[in-house]
Amino acid sequence: MAFFSDLYFIMFKWLEKNLPKVVLAPAVGLISWFVYGFILWTFYISFTNSKILPKYELWGVGQYVKLWKTHKWLIAVDNLLIFTVLFLVICIVIGIVLAIFLDQKIRAEGVLRTIYLYPMALSFIVTGTAWKWILNPTLGIQKLFIDMGFENFTFDWLVNREMAIYTIVIAGVWQSAGFVMALFLAGLRSIEDEIVKAAKIDGANLFTVYWKILIPMMRPVFFTSFVILVHISIKSYDLVVALTQGGPGISTTMPALFMTQTAFHKSQVGLSAASAMMMFMAVAAVIIPYLYSELRRENVS
Amino acid sequence: MKTLKIENLSKNFGTTEVLKKINLDIDEGNFLVLLGPSGCGKSTLLNIIAGLETINEGNVYIDDYNVSNVEPKDRNIAMVFQSYALYPSMNVKENMIFGLKQAKTSKEKIEEQLKKVSTFLHVDELLNRKPSQLSGGQRQRVAIGRALVREPRIFLFDEPLSNLDAKLRVEMRREIKKLHQRLKTTVVYVTHDQTEAMSLGTKIAIMNHGVIQQNDTPEIIYNKPSNTFVADFIGSPSMNLISGQLVKNANNTLFIPKGSNQSNNIPIKNYNFAKPLDETGKDVYFGIRPEHIHYKKTNNTDFEVNLMTDLKEYIGHEQIITFNYFEQEVLGKFPSTEKIETNKEIKLFFDLSQISIFDKNTNQRI
Amino acid sequence: MSANISTASYKQLEQKSKVTNMLLRWFLYSVLILFASYFIFPLYVMIVTSLKTMPEIRQGNLITWPSQLNFKPWAVAWGGRGYGAGDTFLRPYFWNSIKMVVPAVVASTFIGAMTGYVLTKWRFKGDSWIFLFLLFGCFIPFQAILLPMARTLGVLGISNSILGLVVVHTVYGIPFTTLFFRNYYVSIPNELIKAARIDGAGFFKIFFKILLPISAPIIVVTVIWQFTQIWNDFLFGSTFSFGKAAPIQVALNNMVLSSTSVKEYNVDMASAIIAGIPTLIVYVLAGKYFIRGLTSGAVKG
Repeated sequence: MAFFSDLYFIMFKWLEKNLPKVVLAPAVGLISWFVYGFILWTFYISFTNSKILPKYELWGVGQYVKLWKTHKWLIAVDNLLIFTVLFLVICIVIGIVLAIFLDQKIRAEGVLRTIYLYPMALSFIVTGTAWKWILNPTLGIQKLFIDMGFENFTFDWLVNREMAIYTIVIAGVWQSAGFVMALFLAGLRSIEDEIVKAAKIDGANLFTVYWKILIPMMRPVFFTSFVILVHISIKSYDLVVALTQGGPGISTTMPALFMTQTAFHKSQVGLSAASAMMMFMAVAAVIIPYLYSELRRENVS
Repeated sequence: MKTLKIENLSKNFGTTEVLKKINLDIDEGNFLVLLGPSGCGKSTLLNIIAGLETINEGNVYIDDYNVSNVEPKDRNIAMVFQSYALYPSMNVKENMIFGLKQAKTSKEKIEEQLKKVSTFLHVDELLNRKPSQLSGGQRQRVAIGRALVREPRIFLFDEPLSNLDAKLRVEMRREIKKLHQRLKTTVVYVTHDQTEAMSLGTKIAIMNHGVIQQNDTPEIIYNKPSNTFVADFIGSPSMNLISGQLVKNANNTLFIPKGSNQSNNIPIKNYNFAKPLDETGKDVYFGIRPEHIHYKKTNNTDFEVNLMTDLKEYIGHEQIITFNYFEQEVLGKFPSTEKIETNKEIKLFFDLSQISIFDKNTNQRI
Repeated sequence: MSANISTASYKQLEQKSKVTNMLLRWFLYSVLILFASYFIFPLYVMIVTSLKTMPEIRQGNLITWPSQLNFKPWAVAWGGRGYGAGDTFLRPYFWNSIKMVVPAVVASTFIGAMTGYVLTKWRFKGDSWIFLFLLFGCFIPFQAILLPMARTLGVLGISNSILGLVVVHTVYGIPFTTLFFRNYYVSIPNELIKAARIDGAGFFKIFFKILLPISAPIIVVTVIWQFTQIWNDFLFGSTFSFGKAAPIQVALNNMVLSSTSVKEYNVDMASAIIAGIPTLIVYVLAGKYFIRGLTSGAVKG
């Protein structure tokens, strides 16, 4: 009897001392398994010749070679680059412009901000569905302009192999530009107004104040927006599925789409894993330098 | 011609009156300090002089030109801020010449000014550094340099030392004073620190609730405060204000402390009353600074008083004793070398040449 | 330097700047309103289209107003056409999403709160590394874990089930919720905890009696963020479920894509709005917190 009560006592004391770590265990355990463990599994599988079911014998880099010879993948990567560059540039330009304009003591600023940001509350499926209708080749924008008098107006980008990718840009920008605006507005507002006063006394006009002083101070916000937008872009799946399903044909396919289709429709698990790892590496290439520089800044200050 | 003249200036923020019919002027080369507690309107006044705030009523003149509606950049002023407000993305050199570039000054003149000012302030080694790489004191000097380089008519300082630690503050204070002595510039300087005001200013304008309480040299403000607010604000510890009655009879004027039994009246002689007193008794404050209460008789004007010691605070070279004087608290400041016991009634001497008397109802000096 | 300006030219300067100011304001407001229309346009089109009949849609264009408010498309979108098998409508999937979102939000928020609490108030050697370890989960492209997760859910017997989705969303929500709570608790003074310990409170008591009561702002931010993310998810929903257990975004996409008989655009739009309403309502009511969640999560990296 005494033995057990001693045991309980010891266990209790240990628990008390290590309670914080015990409480931490579920989160750490789950993430280790479901994030790190899973990524390693996918990484491993990308080096096997798995088709429908995973095989565990290593096959070397065959899947990667195959991947980069696959026409569909190359189109996906190409589309990703086009989309990312346009998405990034347009979102940031619109975001900065709106933020600067809203910073000018505008009436109804709250209403405008709400309007610019609400698309972020919607899912990409809802966004894709709405824009799919708006860009409908016969009944959408085309008909609208024709009805307004531009008789020969055509807007069939959605079903045009060359132009379809740009429809994804339009919808994507609509969804995310407001977010960039919110970041820049918060950044501008966090600057103490003594700097603007000093600039006014130094004789700078409004344009110069923004161009030479405030915007250069927004470097961290540029950085953050860049990272987040690239991240969103690489992960683009929902929007593409809803808007174009990767079509017409495969002209708007993207890496995320490729990965899912290869795994679940084409039963090429190994190839799919390789594509997933490529996506992972692309994200890591952007995120890791960013986190590193953020940490360095925090440690220095 | 006054370098700066403020005429009947009023300013409201919404329904709050922040400045009420302010009148002020400065001669060239003067160092005017705007002193007061937070919310008194001093920063607003400074911003109005700079052109960063609009005016509701009144005018501002610089060198006799009405600049009330002129942009800051055309007023020939420069300003140093509490947070230095250096442009973070530019280095020291770019910070200092930014204003000159905006004014389209010639390259040669810019180089000349930069060299002159940066050597003068010892920031010539720092020209390529960014503000984040400078210490607090260096940043302050660059901020001053940015102002100096434009050779303005008036320098405006908005609590520039408040962000520095105590030691640095004292150092920079002396540097600013040296600067002023050498350059003989006209300065308007805002602070809430009365030691800073007293040591730096040639004139001090004390403000409270949007009104200038007194505008005089530091000596006059210290020795002849014009109302109880000034008397209380200046001096550490502040002036004792003893309640009582001022009674004038045929031969002399007497101060009767409240609660006394007419046996401890203080005769008031050689006091410069603003207007002759009438015969009736008047409720007043008798003001005397702690350092003007002496342990031993020092002057002929000293008057002997009996006080009961209560508390003793030793602060190094001095000690501050709290006394009981007819139920009122009176503070005295003495050298620590004097041995003063607590809870004892002792004899002290009020230096009657240094007193101030205030009307209790209006708080004004009489 | 400049002092020689006469009063007459002062007046001119004043006049000129008043006019340029007005022009500037005009320009500002026009641009802002232009963009506002770009952002509002899809919502307007969705609503208007959902209230028209199909003949009206074909005759009119995107912006024409319906001749009368026709709610039939909404009824169809929500409850179907009433002809049994093959008839897809949103109602059951809406409830699927609710059943999925609520437990996932609660679980991930709670775990995030406790984890954030431990990492900030019970510091130990290496805890910053653990935070980084967890944070990493915010950035991974989920394509890297889809394959192993599909297998795991199958092995556990919860594939194609709401429970499976709850697990997935909880696990991948942990990095975000931890980030939010950790950043919030970091700025709560440690003196509060020390005082409580001196008063004799233990680990859990401190959490429930002291921290939790002052955590309302961050709980709101976290819940809004998680609710929006999980309700709007499509990738997990479409990969790990199909048919009866699908969440609403998957159902929406299926409904819109199904090419059985004639396309009913008004039903499509009504469905999209229904799928988007919950997150939109949350955004309109608590938008401030939504934005705070977006910008704080982003700015802190």
